[in-house]
Amino acid sequence: MPKLIKNGQVLDDTSVILTDSEGNEVHEDGDAIVPLACWLEERHLLKERHTSVGVLLEGDAEPAELKDDLDFLKLIVINFPSFVDGRGYSIARLLRERYGFKGELRAVGDIQRDQLYYLARCGFDSFVIPDGKDADAALASFNDFSDSYQATVDRPVPLFSRRRNQSAN
Amino acid sequence: MYIYDEIDQQLIDDRVRQFRDQTNRYLAGELSEDDFRPLRLQNGLYVQRHAPMLRVAVPYGVLNSKQVRKLAHIARTYDRGYGHFTTRQNIQYNWPDLAKVPDILEELATVQMHAIQTSGNCVRNFTADQFAGVAADEVIDPRPYAEIMRQWFTFHPEFAYLPRKFKMALSGSTGDRAAIYVHDIGVQLYPAADGTVLADVIVGGGLGRTPIVGSVIKKGLPWFDLLTYCDAVLRVYNRFGRRDNKYKARIKILVKALGPDTFGDMVDEEWKYLKDGPGRIPQAEFDRVNAHFQPKPYESFAGNDASFEAKKAENPAFARWVSRNVHPHKRAGYSAITFSLKGLGFAPGDITDAQLDKVADLADQYSFGEIRVSHEQNLILTDVKQSDLFALWEAAKELKLANPNIGLLTNMIACPGGDFCALANAKSIPIAEGIAQRFEDLDYLFDIGELDLNISGCMNSCGHHHIGHIGILGVDKNGSEWYQISLGGNQGMSAKGTPTSLGKVIGPSFAQDEVPAVIEKIIQTYLALRQDDERFIDSVQRLGIEPFKERVYAKAN
Repeated sequence: MPKLIKNGQVLDDTSVILTDSEGNEVHEDGDAIVPLACWLEERHLLKERHTSVGVLLEGDAEPAELKDDLDFLKLIVINFPSFVDGRGYSIARLLRERYGFKGELRAVGDIQRDQLYYLARCGFDSFVIPDGKDADAALASFNDFSDSYQATVDRPVPLFSRRRNQSAN
Repeated sequence: MYIYDEIDQQLIDDRVRQFRDQTNRYLAGELSEDDFRPLRLQNGLYVQRHAPMLRVAVPYGVLNSKQVRKLAHIARTYDRGYGHFTTRQNIQYNWPDLAKVPDILEELATVQMHAIQTSGNCVRNFTADQFAGVAADEVIDPRPYAEIMRQWFTFHPEFAYLPRKFKMALSGSTGDRAAIYVHDIGVQLYPAADGTVLADVIVGGGLGRTPIVGSVIKKGLPWFDLLTYCDAVLRVYNRFGRRDNKYKARIKILVKALGPDTFGDMVDEEWKYLKDGPGRIPQAEFDRVNAHFQPKPYESFAGNDASFEAKKAENPAFARWVSRNVHPHKRAGYSAITFSLKGLGFAPGDITDAQLDKVADLADQYSFGEIRVSHEQNLILTDVKQSDLFALWEAAKELKLANPNIGLLTNMIACPGGDFCALANAKSIPIAEGIAQRFEDLDYLFDIGELDLNISGCMNSCGHHHIGHIGILGVDKNGSEWYQISLGGNQGMSAKGTPTSLGKVIGPSFAQDEVPAVIEKIIQTYLALRQDDERFIDSVQRLGIEPFKERVYAKAN
């Protein structure tokens, strides 16, 4: 079973992706996740489910389509079909910084430990590590760098402004 | 030049540690070749024809003597005693041992150097005018802006996995020596009437398979908006650039498909949310960085140095070198000089460890310890007193770096080609050598005058053949190497007002041994048809390619 890294912990990934609102084979403590198209079509039915529902975005998704649902959604999942496909980084920042999504933002798909630092910077806070990869060892990668130049989701003041404050003190 | 503070230093030290771990995991078989590839590329490490190749970043082409000595040391210790300067102002080593690359990076970090993002599908090393800060035609010194942008793209978490490589260049002069119209983003800096600094942003230029001259999508951008505006451009490209076909993945294809106006509107829509955000450059940060680029402690001179003028009059060889390799300076009594890395017996841009060490010594002795790299693959000292030029010339002659050919035909730009590069369809170095032999006569070379000749070993166009006045492209035909010739390319706005243009192919390609004779015929045609002191590029633009084509293919017809 793939591993889920969340809050610095390695857990089993028990989430199930549903393709429509009728699917209910979700593990008791697992997440139900539906693709964006399904969510947009059956949002009303899905909102009535007992278990919370997350939405799965592909790289070509327009995050603005979820704008009105962000208070309701506790989980948004962004798929990386290949770890060299960087569209998900921009979508994550848009969800966090422009649309103010506060829930869990999860990266799934071809996720390598060497991307975790950048993914976290862009606002992801959970990560499904594919089968066969050492999730425990991957935790170290969150500390690859001690600082970053840019304004990022987890450190919204860029280095140049923090430097300025330091020198002003 | 910019000197790292503790945080800048910590970040490159972090990178060395990260890459050492990645290399160890790869060598231990924990990281597959496919998974390692993008990681090593973002550290400038290729796997080439014979061995790995390591490309070391020289941000906007600025080095100090300590760094140059370190580059010499690396050439000597980890390679075969030489390095190769590239059209992105970087240096690459052709024979390092992959397992030793983390050690090389650790050595580089001790002199504030690295190989970050010199390759891979990310924002690449930023290039700029090699005469930045001293050029007589400069209106804005681009270096502090380039440094602020260097920090912005270094480890940018959102743009490390773009659809393709992303190249940026910046110019603050009236003459464009950074080829800003053939970059993914080009930035032209200039002062507004009230003295504030503005930028025109050019997007979607580039060479390669589909050469395109970029379009100005933003005029008069205030300097403090440069980072947020580039964030917006990159975000639109990252989200909407093609990823299905690597030949169509560059931003130029997206800009062309949408049209520059529509693309610019999309960027503006994105930028609206970013421009007043935390990415706006504070004046205090500009001041902090700019403090590193203050004018050198120049002596005051009223005008040209008398001994310099006398030496020119009595020594024609020195005068000839001065006429090509010495460049006008903002300050009276000072000049910039170019060490030519173009001559017989070595590949364009190649330099030995011993030469590098000596160049560092000469920089210390004559030019405040600073060295620049040009995108034409030469080295420059920017701040030489005219009274020192003669002594410097004599030293450069001993180093075989005094070839007086800057701006002339034998100052060829050439990629490493099929001798080294795994991508190349054809060799570049023997072509460059063949042409250098044919045009060895200096009087003839001077008579031909200003001429850019650029050679690429494949469509990736690392030798910028599309913007050479004469361009040579290696092509593969049924497994053998052939060379296509184009005429009329121009890299950027010159003092004579010639804008960027792309060369036109004159016809069927030639075998390797035919190329020097073909170039000779083109030159003879030009010499026969030129008017007054018309430069080659101006003749081609006036006449078109037909007269050249007729002459070159006459025998076959």
